[in-house]
Amino acid sequence: MQFTRRQTLIAGSGLIAATLLPISAIAASYPDVGVPDDFTGGSPVSSGDITLDTPEIAENGNTVPIRVVAPGAVEIRVYAMGNPLPGVTAVSFGALAASQSTSTRVRLAGTQDVLAIAKMADGSFISTSNQVKVTIGGCGG
Amino acid sequence: MAKGVKPRVKVPKSAKAGEAIVIKTLISHKMESGQRKDKEGNIVPRSIIHRFTCDFEGQNVIDIILAPAISTNPYFQFEAAISHSGEFKFTWYDDDGEVYEEIRAINVT
Repeated sequence: MQFTRRQTLIAGSGLIAATLLPISAIAASYPDVGVPDDFTGGSPVSSGDITLDTPEIAENGNTVPIRVVAPGAVEIRVYAMGNPLPGVTAVSFGALAASQSTSTRVRLAGTQDVLAIAKMADGSFISTSNQVKVTIGGCGG
Repeated sequence: MAKGVKPRVKVPKSAKAGEAIVIKTLISHKMESGQRKDKEGNIVPRSIIHRFTCDFEGQNVIDIILAPAISTNPYFQFEAAISHSGEFKFTWYDDDGEVYEEIRAINVT
């Protein structure tokens, strides 16, 4: 059987996916933030009352302050879409939370969009995103 | 146990019932991302705190999953509202199985 260039590429990408599998299996032993689709399950995501505060320019990607607020949310997840692993954090709010907000510091590998998705009490999803320009990346290279 | 892990928590000593109180937490931890390479080009294995929770008298305030993208010395600020005096319990879960706890009493008037 003779492979065309295209077939070889497809077969090759399958092989790469197969070799990557065991790595993700190890990572799954810890709670994982994953990618946006893991959270929303493909449900539609609209805009709404969710605020993500990020600096416009971060000189040091190792520690970028962010703040996210989504009144009425049960869970907020933050993703850095340009990082090697996009998941940053998943925040669930309990009965005693006075507000659905939190501030933290994150690592950004380079200039990219930071995405926040909130799951509301009725099961719907809302999101917002900001671009952050990073002068020095924060993943060590 | 990872070296030099020290939790620090800021909670007001007293508050009014139902008032939103600001809680700040920080734990010194290197948060090794598992992405860095050492001089020989070997990947430095991941070693992070992967979960943080805050509870008040058995009721949850906040439950956070941390990924390697959280900075060294993970810091979180959030708000709680409580109706009576009691103790806040803060718990951090390390990849190496270690669990760090901190307790703060608050007087509600």
